[in-house]
Amino acid sequence: MSREVDISGKLDWISVLLYILMVGMGWFNIFAAVYDETANQSIFDLSLNSGRQLMFIAASVIIILAIIIIDMRFYETFAYVFYAVIILSLIMIPIIGKEVGGNKSWIGVGSFGVQPSEFAKFITALTVAKFMGSVGFRMDSLRNQAILFMLILVPLALILLQKDFGTAIVFLSFLLVFYREGMSPFILIVGISMAALAILTLIVENQWYLHGIIGVVLLVIIFFGKKNFRRISTLTFGAIILILTIESFDYVINNLLPERHKKRLEALVNPNFDPMGINWNVTQSKIAIGSGGFSGKGFLKGTQTKFDFVPEQSTDFIFCTIGEEHGWIGSLIVVVLFVFFLQRIIFIAERQKNRFARAYGYSVASIFFFHFAVNIGMTIGLFPVIGIPLPFFSYGGSALWSFTTLLFILLKLDAHRSQVLQRI
Amino acid sequence: MNEGRREIVQIVFALVGIIFLVRLFFIQVLDNRYAELADGNAILREVEYPFRGLIYDRNNKLIVYNTPEYDLQVVIKEVKNFDSARFCAVFGLTREELRLKFKEVKGRKNQYSPFKPMLFLSQLSHVDFARVQDHLEEFPGFYIQARTTRAYQSPTLANALGYVSEISKEMLARDESKIYKQGDYVGQSGIEAFYEEQLRGKRGVRFKLRNVKGIEKGSFKNGEYDTLSVPGANLYTGIDIDLQQYGEFLMSGKAGSIVAIEPATGEILSLVSGPSYDPALLTGKNYSSNFKLISNDSLKPLFNRPLMAQYRPGSIFKIAQAMTALQEKVITPDTRIRCDRSIINCHGAHSNEDLRGAIANSCNPYFHNVLRRMLNKGVVNDPFGDTRIGLEEWNKHIMSFGFGKRLGIDLPNEKDGLIPTPAYYDRAYRNRPWKFSNIYSIAIGEGENLVVPIQMANFAATIANRGYYYTPHLVKAIGENGKPLPQYTERHYTSIDSSYFIIAVDAMQKVVEEGTGQYRARLADVIVCGKTGTVQNAPPLFDHSVFIAFAPRDNPKIAISVYVEDAGQGARAAASIASLMIEKYLFGATKRPHIEQYVLNNKFE
Repeated sequence: MSREVDISGKLDWISVLLYILMVGMGWFNIFAAVYDETANQSIFDLSLNSGRQLMFIAASVIIILAIIIIDMRFYETFAYVFYAVIILSLIMIPIIGKEVGGNKSWIGVGSFGVQPSEFAKFITALTVAKFMGSVGFRMDSLRNQAILFMLILVPLALILLQKDFGTAIVFLSFLLVFYREGMSPFILIVGISMAALAILTLIVENQWYLHGIIGVVLLVIIFFGKKNFRRISTLTFGAIILILTIESFDYVINNLLPERHKKRLEALVNPNFDPMGINWNVTQSKIAIGSGGFSGKGFLKGTQTKFDFVPEQSTDFIFCTIGEEHGWIGSLIVVVLFVFFLQRIIFIAERQKNRFARAYGYSVASIFFFHFAVNIGMTIGLFPVIGIPLPFFSYGGSALWSFTTLLFILLKLDAHRSQVLQRI
Repeated sequence: MNEGRREIVQIVFALVGIIFLVRLFFIQVLDNRYAELADGNAILREVEYPFRGLIYDRNNKLIVYNTPEYDLQVVIKEVKNFDSARFCAVFGLTREELRLKFKEVKGRKNQYSPFKPMLFLSQLSHVDFARVQDHLEEFPGFYIQARTTRAYQSPTLANALGYVSEISKEMLARDESKIYKQGDYVGQSGIEAFYEEQLRGKRGVRFKLRNVKGIEKGSFKNGEYDTLSVPGANLYTGIDIDLQQYGEFLMSGKAGSIVAIEPATGEILSLVSGPSYDPALLTGKNYSSNFKLISNDSLKPLFNRPLMAQYRPGSIFKIAQAMTALQEKVITPDTRIRCDRSIINCHGAHSNEDLRGAIANSCNPYFHNVLRRMLNKGVVNDPFGDTRIGLEEWNKHIMSFGFGKRLGIDLPNEKDGLIPTPAYYDRAYRNRPWKFSNIYSIAIGEGENLVVPIQMANFAATIANRGYYYTPHLVKAIGENGKPLPQYTERHYTSIDSSYFIIAVDAMQKVVEEGTGQYRARLADVIVCGKTGTVQNAPPLFDHSVFIAFAPRDNPKIAISVYVEDAGQGARAAASIASLMIEKYLFGATKRPHIEQYVLNNKFE
């Protein structure tokens, strides 16, 4: 037992270092986002977000220690049980949950609340990985693929029911894991096209234009390529799916969605839809980041992020503070840190000796990547505004604990990789 | 299998990072626009408060309007070289007050920001503003925000109009529409509260660019994000402001109420609550101190008597009893009943009246007998059960006159009154049995019945209309040439055949011409129909004087109820006031100074 606990020599210290760097930088930036020089505040002040974030960080250390002490086989063994529990609590939320900021996704204990949807991320990662690692699993089996899709779509749908669009679509990042493990890229491409089309349906008034475009593109692709039956039928099948997506999406938008949600969706894609609302936020966010210049205004010297113009300064728009106060250099450091971190996780995932651990590693990388891409993309106006946090930087307990758990289960599995029987 | 996929994933990750860095390089280093926009506190958000709707009377005379008022705001970040002694001198503050003010501003939870304009001094008057205007540039960081406050043409109608004041924290928390912000003004009672949605209009926002020195450099993005404020709708009430003022004049020094209604429409002509207050006291910067004074006043001027004071109906109720009895066919108009004063006391010289005579003389034994016939029809043998069945039917008829429930007038805080049901008596008698002999005092409008003055005026209007009413309401048009709220254009019929109402009309005419109300209520040029009421009060206090009336008899133009508390018989104070009000409304002036003097000078003790 003691031999198993003492894994300090085998822990991937590069990842741990990156983790500490990011969490620390995040903490300072959360303070900067709420800082007010006239109020003589301390970064440790518990009435500030920074003070509370420090408590969350302390709790994360306890979570990390727990993860390292617990037997590595625990995670794989109980993955399905966790999954059942988390699905059940996601179902329970509409009944016993409390509403925070328009999202009914919190289960409250007194004044504290946790978001089960945050924990659904790593639990789904474990479950997907376990299923992929199970004996007899073949990626080319349609039945197995169907089960995999169900595993990610059930939590996705349940979280969507809580009106938490951002967290829900994070589950689509698992498609990258499926791709790595052998799923045809065809599905990935159709999936991305479907998402793009769904957004296009909102923008383009008359969906017949879209049908027309799909038809033309289909004919062009068929014309410039091998003209065998298999290829043509596959392409046609894909095109039909896309057309059906447009139709069903249009139906859902116009007939099933309540007016409130419809507006929210429309605001996502149409910058002029709500100029005082979402587009205003993006403009302010860009002004804040853009005003940072090459080297930034200096720590705690930002002005734009202290305006209430930039919304959710400590959470979803934390990157604004970095961009404003530390300029392009600061942004470069954060982006490079993230890319390096993601590459490191892929490296770790690839050195695993069984499929469970590797698939889990890819899940971790994909989830982090998705958050990184969507969050920073939205603050610099490359992506519609979708409220998801920037891992390790954004303020919030549930998110930080969930990301910490996600990462350290991988590091724990990695530390024991030599004890695992080859099972690929 | 799957070779190369790892590399593809890694390339995608790196590519996204590179795209971000390139994009960031563009907006942070290459494009100076953003830096310019952020220069200083480039964008100033200026709220443009909407004009609150005006309120007019039925002859388009202005009752309530807006007058400008100025708030002093501060952007703490921009305060430089602050000369506090000079500031105190200009704004008339002591040093201590100034210190506390800054402390209060910085202590505003979730609100305070040194970069945003914060409310510093509120509600400077026009005169104050003119005085400090020139000195403002000595104090960088301080700005004036203009808004409007309510003003009144005359000190009348306070309780019906209500007042406007800053939204409270509790209200703000309850507001689900998210329309209000702290510091916003909101109607707190009366018309101002009931028609808040129509009156408030829409707030506008302007975004202005400023450079580092705080000098405005035009609108942000050519006003792309600006919205204009939209003024609130004007309200046209049915109030006759002259009649209202006259009514308040007559009620001066008295406690009670006058409610006058136009029967054909349900429009309220005047709504007097005495004692009242000057509505101008609850505007401007002395609002809080004045509000404290008024709400602590032992005479309760904020208590809106026409809607909130609940009285026993007294003898006036006998008309409703008569209608109910006729409908239930337990009597006819010709039924005579002996005035047997051994059961219940009576007054005046009469002995064996028919229905009209019994109403005119307000004969108590007559209506005692009538109620017994209604409640004990012998449907079942058991006297307890029989009363229960009878009371059920009786209650249904009486409630159809609009008693015992809120009428739904367009003012908040209306009271229900009370018309007892069998369930009510079960509770009152704790499920011990009760029968007619226990509850007979409701026959003459005493006992458990409770009505509010507006219900009584509505009752007079119902008789004037021969059997129906429109819910009384103040506002007859929202916006110029607008309509009232839809619920006020609907007729409500009583459960009594309209043919029976002529008997009530006859009897009420007789009251004024020969009966209890003859001396003071009669007018020379018009047939007035009325009924006196004297509502028992707990000794040693005097009874309340009550009178309802409508006129003219045919095609009535006004229906009225008057309550004067602790003033004795209905034929005295209340009947005099009612007839003066009718005279004033129908003829524009009163020609009976002796009655007016009687009302104003008599102490009614």
